Amino acid sequence: MITPENLVYEKTSVMTDRVLHYCPGCGHGTAHRILAEVIGELGIQGDTIGVAPVGCSVLAYYYFDVDMQEAAHGRAPAVATGIKRVLPEKYVFTYQGDGDLAAIGTAETIHACNRGESILIVFINNGIYGMTGGQMAPTTLAGMKSSTSPRGRDVATMGNPLKITELVAQLPGTYFVTRQAVHAPANVRKAKRALKKALEYQKLNKGTCFVEIVSNCPSGWKMTPVQSNKWMEENMFPFYPLGDIKVPPEKQ
Amino acid sequence: MKGNEALAEAAIRAGADAYFGYPITPQSEVIEYLMRENPVDRTGMQVLQAESEIAAINMVYGAAGCGKRAMTSSSSPGISLKMEGLSYIAGAELPCLVVNVVRAGPGLGTIQPSQSDYFQAVKGGGHGDYKLIVLAPATVQESVDYVRLGFELAFKYRNPVMILSDGIIGQMMEKVELFEQQPRLDVEFEWATLGKKPDKDSVIVTSLQLQSEEQEKVNLRLQAKYREVEKNEVRYETYGCEDAEYLFAAYGSCARITRKAMEMARARGIKVGLLRPQTLYPFPADAINGLADQVKGILTVEMNAGQMVEDVRLAVNGKVPVKFYGRFGGMIPSPDEILEALEQKIIGG
Amino acid sequence: MTEEIIIAGFGGQGVLSMGQIICYSGVMQGKEVSWMPSYGPEMRGGTANCTAIISDEQISSPVLTQFDTAIVLNQPSMDKFEDAVKPGGLLIYEENGMTRKPKRTDINICSIAAYDESVKMNNTKVFNMIVIGGLLEVKPIIELKNVIKGLEKVLPERYHHLIPLNEEAIHKGMKIIHKEHTLN
Repeated sequence: MITPENLVYEKTSVMTDRVLHYCPGCGHGTAHRILAEVIGELGIQGDTIGVAPVGCSVLAYYYFDVDMQEAAHGRAPAVATGIKRVLPEKYVFTYQGDGDLAAIGTAETIHACNRGESILIVFINNGIYGMTGGQMAPTTLAGMKSSTSPRGRDVATMGNPLKITELVAQLPGTYFVTRQAVHAPANVRKAKRALKKALEYQKLNKGTCFVEIVSNCPSGWKMTPVQSNKWMEENMFPFYPLGDIKVPPEKQ
Repeated sequence: MKGNEALAEAAIRAGADAYFGYPITPQSEVIEYLMRENPVDRTGMQVLQAESEIAAINMVYGAAGCGKRAMTSSSSPGISLKMEGLSYIAGAELPCLVVNVVRAGPGLGTIQPSQSDYFQAVKGGGHGDYKLIVLAPATVQESVDYVRLGFELAFKYRNPVMILSDGIIGQMMEKVELFEQQPRLDVEFEWATLGKKPDKDSVIVTSLQLQSEEQEKVNLRLQAKYREVEKNEVRYETYGCEDAEYLFAAYGSCARITRKAMEMARARGIKVGLLRPQTLYPFPADAINGLADQVKGILTVEMNAGQMVEDVRLAVNGKVPVKFYGRFGGMIPSPDEILEALEQKIIGG
Repeated sequence: MTEEIIIAGFGGQGVLSMGQIICYSGVMQGKEVSWMPSYGPEMRGGTANCTAIISDEQISSPVLTQFDTAIVLNQPSMDKFEDAVKPGGLLIYEENGMTRKPKRTDINICSIAAYDESVKMNNTKVFNMIVIGGLLEVKPIIELKNVIKGLEKVLPERYHHLIPLNEEAIHKGMKIIHKEHTLN
């Protein structure tokens, strides 16, 4: 029986009581939780407006207990721009997957970052289209199989996996760009610290903060959760190395 | 002041909160004027040149979702790009104003004036069962007045409103009286994302319903709203209809040219009137149906291959012949051609 | 009274602003006005034209195919608009650069050496004001004082010191316009 005396973990009130629809072992749940916790810890629940993408996290607005808008596929950074321009005092974030952010929404992503919109972009990269059933994403690794690259991604005809996080880090408009993961406790703690910094920086109005979370897709990768995390460490992390890519000049 | 510049000034004066746009001929003067005027200093209105028409309409979505008066403008090819966003805005029931200074198509077409986007404007354009309220100015004065009216209707019905103008109205200069500066909105709408209130549920702006039962409810609600719009918001003008034996139907700049043809016809003793819809959706179907009891035939004149004529025929419902005369590709019908078409297709037909 | 005017020439000759000045002047005289430019590639250096309408009544169509007056400032414009003048109407052309004279005999025709005159005045920018002077001499549709008021409206204040020069150019135009063919 859980009582206040033996309670060691309490769900943040910034997450609703809705049951998550994500597959078992998927990183979305953890990524949602730490972002919600950060919003709670910073005391900005009433001042935060989120933008949900199209993709697995299309229903993110059911889980975050903050005001949210649902954007068209890829357009979240433009929607967030519209919100931030009319409500400059609010904290605005987008939560997007790799198809949404790095394929159909590449232009919106790059230009919001290039303008240095004072928003947080949370980018979940699992190298696959989860919601539509495991098709190739722009971030799918070379040789990686998906339903639209059944013999593995052939970079000669299908192009190379896109390191969009490194790309946006080149833009003067970005202030803080980092790549994190949430598959192990130490990574979760680091990722949470990164999200917290990113939201704190938003008050400074110094540019876009971009937090990539390399994640897994047990269903799309056709693996157990444990296998998928191991595969991610062995294959995703070498190509998408974790760590800060751009830190604010004054923090260096 | 050019039509486009007058419209831009009207946006500031209507108390708009934000304009997001992308340059395209023949409407670039709108964003140029706004950037020059820098309304943030006058009213706090935000102006941003987006990276694309797609981004611009989605910025409008974001700002409109916060309950702000947001708008964009473009011309035909750019409006096609905005159709996705407009469908989402209609689905999420957000208010906004979109201006289409129409040029001829399809494709890149020409930059010359046209009315070839009538279907796109009044029949949906984007995916899904939705309607835009469509205002059709015939003068620079009307394009100014419709900015204020457009925002009013957009918020009254929480629905996107389109001003369907064209290259003539956008580029021409004529006398115009600008209305006084209106204040920006100071209302916190309960449907707007402004930050969650402690004692209230969070606000969600979305057009997504996974359950068909829920989606049907949304569709029914939208349809009920459209019936209200059809009941309350029909606007049109008639000229010389009291004794008319024949009728012209035309809108926008084309209605001005047709009016000239009407005057020429009357000088020759032909009793012809003109009905000019000011709202294309809702369409003045009842007024046209009523006039069909009086006249012997109707000539619809458009700068396209025949689009509004379908709505005129639906309204007339076979009572009298409805014929069409149009020029397209950026060509503008002359009053003489229109008069000749009346004589051949209606009077002699 | 309704006066429908087409003004056509090369981009850079002040074609569009000439129409604007006529319209602003018309407003100062309490008239209804309409100004409609050709726009697009032609405004970037090629040929340009605009329609200016001044009327006592509300103006129906801003776009016309027939005009009371055509002011043509280069050969392509003469080729295009000579036939668009209503019978009994007026054609004014600038001689400089023309390769042929107008052919019509059912309209009034005037020529004006406005370019040469502007060179004499050491300021080719007043070229279009000289032409306006010529027009007002032949067809006094607007009073000179209202043209000056119109100029005050069109020109940014920092250019208002140039208004006397423009007025002088209008007077020059009134003097040098040459009636080539006049209907009885």
